[in-house]
Amino acid sequence: MNPSDERVPDLVKRALGPVADAGLKRDLWPRMRARLDRPAIHMPWWDWALVAAIILGFILFPAAIPAVLYQF
Amino acid sequence: MELLEQFARGDSEAFEALFRQFQGEVYGWIVRIVRDPGAAEDLTVETFWRVYRARSRFDPRRGFGPWARRIATNLALDHLSTRRNETSLEDGFQPPCSPPDPAIGADVREKVAAAFGRLPVKLRATATLAMIEETPYGDIADALGISTGTVKSRVFRAVRLLRGDLQRMGVEP
Repeated sequence: MNPSDERVPDLVKRALGPVADAGLKRDLWPRMRARLDRPAIHMPWWDWALVAAIILGFILFPAAIPAVLYQF
Repeated sequence: MELLEQFARGDSEAFEALFRQFQGEVYGWIVRIVRDPGAAEDLTVETFWRVYRARSRFDPRRGFGPWARRIATNLALDHLSTRRNETSLEDGFQPPCSPPDPAIGADVREKVAAAFGRLPVKLRATATLAMIEETPYGDIADALGISTGTVKSRVFRAVRLLRGDLQRMGVEP
């Protein structure tokens, strides 16, 4: 190891300093509660059916893929 | 053990009890990695959200703390990667939460912070915990899901990169 490598950790620690206070300042449960109560994004079954139909269409008619991509 | 089993079965009161018991520990771990109290709070809530969603896969025999800490670490690494992409390199490392050594000049501090901020995220997180926070290598290894040898290797690589970068900026460690 290069001698200056041994001094790097010390320099970094002295220059940046450890986190002085890693204690939590407030209770986060109210935010957690709000996160839990937020409705999950739900995709109705017909949307899944539409996605499946599109994928099936691409499998059966792969020549359609470039035509579809051209539209974007 | 009973509380952990209740949580694994989906008991929301058990989850609340575990949240209240471990939120400080998870926050403390995250803030040491990301060094941003606001982001650490957000990531703590996100960690427990993922913990909650994955409760059916939780094995009560393996303990809640290490499991939550590993999820928290992954989220903290993702956060550092995202922030790295969003900010310019000159933004460098977050300012330290504790006062740095006054013997180190502001110019050197800025260069060290910039060099640290340029480290790859995994090296930076490992180096932060090992070199600045002086966390035991075993704890870092457990949280990152790697061996102690890999932790040592990452610290070694981080030191090499930092030395080269600092020397290029005219700082001789």
